[in-house]
Amino acid sequence: MSSHYEAPIRRPLIVGDKSYHDITVEVAAPVEGKANKLWWTAFTIALLAFLWGIGSIIYTIGTGIGVWGLNKTVGWAWDITNFVWWVGIGHAGTLISAVLLLFRQKWRMGINRSAEAMTIFSVVQAGLFPVIHMGRVWNAHFVLPIPNQFGTLWTNFNSPLLWDVFAISTYLSVSLVFWWTGLLPDFAMLRDRAVRPFQKKIYSLLSFGWTGRAKDWQRFEEVSLVLAGLATPLVLSVHTIVSFDFATSVIPGWHTTIFPPYFVAGAVFSGFAMVNTLLIIMRKVSNLEAYITKQHIELMNIVIMITGSIVGCAYITELFIAWYSGVEYEQYAFLNRATGPYWWAYLLMMSCNVFSPQFMWSKRLRQSITFSFIISIVVNIGMWFERFVIIVTSLHRDYLPSSWTMFSPTFVDIGIYVGTIGFFFVLFLLYARTFPVIAQAEVKSILKSSGEAYKLFRDAGGKNPAPAKKITKTVKTTPKVVVEDASEQKNTLLGTLGVFDAATQTADDLKLISGVGPKLEKTLNTIGIYSFNQVSKMTEKEYDLLDSLLDSFKGRAKRDDWAGQAKKLKNNG
Amino acid sequence: MSSKVIQAMYNDDDILMDAVKEVRAANHHIEEVYTPFPVHGLDKAMGLKGTRIAITAFLYGCVGFSFSIWMMNYMMIEQWPQDIGGKPSFTFFQNMPAFVPIMFEMSVFFAAHLMVITFYMRSRLWPFKEAENPDPRTTDDMFVMEVAVDENEQELVSFLENTGTVEIKVTEK
Repeated sequence: MSSHYEAPIRRPLIVGDKSYHDITVEVAAPVEGKANKLWWTAFTIALLAFLWGIGSIIYTIGTGIGVWGLNKTVGWAWDITNFVWWVGIGHAGTLISAVLLLFRQKWRMGINRSAEAMTIFSVVQAGLFPVIHMGRVWNAHFVLPIPNQFGTLWTNFNSPLLWDVFAISTYLSVSLVFWWTGLLPDFAMLRDRAVRPFQKKIYSLLSFGWTGRAKDWQRFEEVSLVLAGLATPLVLSVHTIVSFDFATSVIPGWHTTIFPPYFVAGAVFSGFAMVNTLLIIMRKVSNLEAYITKQHIELMNIVIMITGSIVGCAYITELFIAWYSGVEYEQYAFLNRATGPYWWAYLLMMSCNVFSPQFMWSKRLRQSITFSFIISIVVNIGMWFERFVIIVTSLHRDYLPSSWTMFSPTFVDIGIYVGTIGFFFVLFLLYARTFPVIAQAEVKSILKSSGEAYKLFRDAGGKNPAPAKKITKTVKTTPKVVVEDASEQKNTLLGTLGVFDAATQTADDLKLISGVGPKLEKTLNTIGIYSFNQVSKMTEKEYDLLDSLLDSFKGRAKRDDWAGQAKKLKNNG
Repeated sequence: MSSKVIQAMYNDDDILMDAVKEVRAANHHIEEVYTPFPVHGLDKAMGLKGTRIAITAFLYGCVGFSFSIWMMNYMMIEQWPQDIGGKPSFTFFQNMPAFVPIMFEMSVFFAAHLMVITFYMRSRLWPFKEAENPDPRTTDDMFVMEVAVDENEQELVSFLENTGTVEIKVTEK
């Protein structure tokens, strides 16, 4: 027997006394249940924002980039700010699923699915901006090195902007494949639970016929590990290359070698903040507090605190190097950021990104859900302004004082930005209702080591591993064996449960018992079981008898605790 | 030889592991084990060979790396060398530093995608593929061990009954 021991000092990652079946039921619940009013409200708002964004994009494409607030000095502003902001948010998903997998951090399992979904959805938003900014979007395929009518006209592989095309598309597609591979067993779980044929069909299609053979699992784990190994340098390369877009230029304030690590830390910082924003809501709405615990949120807060501090160090290093370099243009660029006309944006960035995460040193604050939520929003605002400060303040004072200017966004700039936020939430809300939002197969594999009940059992001196609720009942059935003494068994069963008298008693709707469908109800009726009263009297012996009478549904009554359920229903009725 | 198999169902991964070891020790042939989540050590207990999929990923990565070098050399150096911003691209090695990011991205792209495609093909996973798990509960909380029947069916059934199974089914394959 393998050991499930985990140091008692580690806090449980699955709260409460859960069984494997409980995990299945609770992860499937948001998908199988109906959407509530809150979901519909949020979805409607997000959809409206999305539609506004589509309108703004169509207007931009139809009229030209001139409808944005850009001018000849500030040629990059909101579009690139939004692009970098969205790409940055995406980084947390890969960090959680890949880097934490390489470090064997079990707490990733409760949150990796949603974090990866967030990655994919936000990279989709990010990709929109450079594409729209091309102006003539119908020529977007020109960024790819494909043979064309010009014969020898290829893309320029020396350009960081082209590196970005390769980096972002590799990142998006590899993240998608990583995510989907992890989803297969969970889609299979939904498929095998699905009752309605349409759902069954859809989840069969999505699960690619996942079967769960030992060999499949072996390959699955190896593939996950290798993908994590590939995705880790990939995610670092993506934001590094995004920072090259700036660092390889000769604009003071952009031309710095510190950019790659600084951008990556900033990306992880903002990404974790967004994961916190989304999951704090989701754990509540989808009743997943047992799997996305306070411990998860606290750990994410610690990551936010550390990466926030790295970002703070980078800001200060930049200022120091600007002074130390003795380059006047560089010195002016940074002085202008802090004291020029955009001082308010600089102050917002500094207070949101450097100051606010420092609260997380306090254990009480980082364990507070409300406080974590507020900080996560603050950090997202701060990181948007960081990109705005880097991009716009470096451009608006160029080498020619006669062309110095300011930037103000038009309603189209704002519309596209709000539109991408809407699009993101449309995707995320749809995801939350149709996908298994917790990697339930992986969570099941850590239940015995990190489940609260198992940990408590071991702390109390229980033997390791904690015993499963072991039922050593064996039911031997071969399809050919016909139960010959059925009538005799029937009588024994009814002898203990009591005979139902149709004249004096009314039959109950046995379908109310979870696990009993119309077909099973009919079978029970033929045996002579009609009322909750009868079912509630069932014990181990009766379950066995019942099993021997039923052809299918073996062991079902016991697993679903029919007697307990019937007792409740009886008392309610 | 008959193609009969016995499917023994278990409700716990530790019980399953013990059962697998017992069945192997008694020299019965385990055809397959279906589990709802990865049970660590199960492949070793069953005597499965290690997977070579990581090696394929390395090879695919090499293909991507070579392809990117060939592509950029052909497009930038051979077919139409240009002088871009005072940085002429006339030899591969002088231009190579600018090609590093794309060499890396292409290696990752090829390694990741081709490995996953290999995995899907080898494990027979694709859209519209029918699932083959013997019981829908094997994706929930049940574990099924499929043991081949060689001679004595009754003996094997009673042997399996003592391994902590909760259900036993004999089926033709």
